[in-house]
Amino acid sequence: MCLAVPAKITEMENQIATVQVGGLSRQASTVLLPDAAVGDYVLIHAGFAISLIDEEQALETIRLFDEMTGGMASGGGGA
Amino acid sequence: MPLTYLDEFRSAPHVQRLLDELNERRGAELKIMEVCGTHTMAISRYGIRQAAPRGITLISGPGCPVCVTANADIDRFIEIAMLPGVIATSFGDMLRVPGTRMGLAEARSRGADVRIVYSPLDALKMARDNPSKHVVFFGVGFETTAPTVAATLLEAHEQGINNFFVQSVHKLVPPALEALCSMPDLDIDAFLCPGHVSAIIGPQAYKPVAEEFGIPCVVAGFEPVDVLQSLIMLAAQVDEGRSEVELQYSRGVRPDGNPQAMALLHSVFEPADAEWRGLGIIPGSGLTIGDRFSSHDASVRFQVDVSYSHEPRGCICGEILTGVHTPRQCKMFRKVCTPDHPLGPCMVSSEGTCAAYYQYED
Ligand code: SF4
Repeated sequence: MCLAVPAKITEMENQIATVQVGGLSRQASTVLLPDAAVGDYVLIHAGFAISLIDEEQALETIRLFDEMTGGMASGGGGA
Repeated sequence: MPLTYLDEFRSAPHVQRLLDELNERRGAELKIMEVCGTHTMAISRYGIRQAAPRGITLISGPGCPVCVTANADIDRFIEIAMLPGVIATSFGDMLRVPGTRMGLAEARSRGADVRIVYSPLDALKMARDNPSKHVVFFGVGFETTAPTVAATLLEAHEQGINNFFVQSVHKLVPPALEALCSMPDLDIDAFLCPGHVSAIIGPQAYKPVAEEFGIPCVVAGFEPVDVLQSLIMLAAQVDEGRSEVELQYSRGVRPDGNPQAMALLHSVFEPADAEWRGLGIIPGSGLTIGDRFSSHDASVRFQVDVSYSHEPRGCICGEILTGVHTPRQCKMFRKVCTPDHPLGPCMVSSEGTCAAYYQYED
């Protein structure tokens, strides 16, 4: 029930964002995330944006995972 | 390309390498509780429970909000739903959960106006569109959901939508974990902590669990790589004698959570004692609607009698929610109790442990 789906904000008006979820367009309130802006990726739960998704952190997690398993997770790119 | 990183978190070779890494571990036997129902589902769906190396057992916890809602609270909402002039609104998960006499679905077939909503804002819109009706929303959920209901109540209040009510049975995760830790027969070495609850409350909310009770915590994401990486982090903590709160799900959770959402939550709700199925009454683990918004509080507006309430007979959801038993230890599992004929909430909810085991693990 605490499921939240990642979505990209494509439009914003009066704290109502239009977001793209898997190719579908939906509306979500940003009152819980007032700093959210067009272009941001956010987590949507029950019609509200609840958290920003930080892509840099996503890459960092992959890098740590790489270290942990002593390999090259991203296919040799080493980024 | 948007969100391509997600592929990395699902990649089969990555998963295999993490499993290999876990398999190389030579520490003591570990029992890890996945607190969150969304983790339970992910762990079952991706076969992680079986694939986890010997010596690591994953146990499901009290993290499905529908499942931990006490029967008395479900009965109360159903009684309200049956009152004339009421439109009862709820997230879909609750519809088929059996109450003592009936569930919401049956109430609907008996004439109650029960409507499923995706967001509490949809319920508020119904109230706006139906001024002659009382629209009551069933506020079920943890800290992830409570701020969305708080925001909706605030909007109702500001716009003077006086026919909108909430029955709040919202619950808080850290007090439940602390109650679990205080159980004398608790047999858990580490907690895999919920990602989206933590997106609101922040990882530090588990500090007492790690520091006072000495149980390592890792806040985890929901993809297979997230879960496995978090298991490695938890195993390392145990093996190295550490007990801290670590954040694996850093792409979705800020170190301080979501302060705006927390502020809104606290402006509308007040902490209160709450009854959890399986755990009983836990002090300060629930949220009631504060005085300023009491005109929207369904438990103030509608007085109903549910003295007949009791938990379903023969169902051991309570023991399953506290990790004492697994679904296979329930005599009803698969024989009497199935997703088509659920006896208890753990078989109904898409995140219930019995439903997850039924669907993926036999
Ligand atoms: S299998 Fe059914 S009866 Fe048994 S604990 Fe699960 S929900 Fe309850």
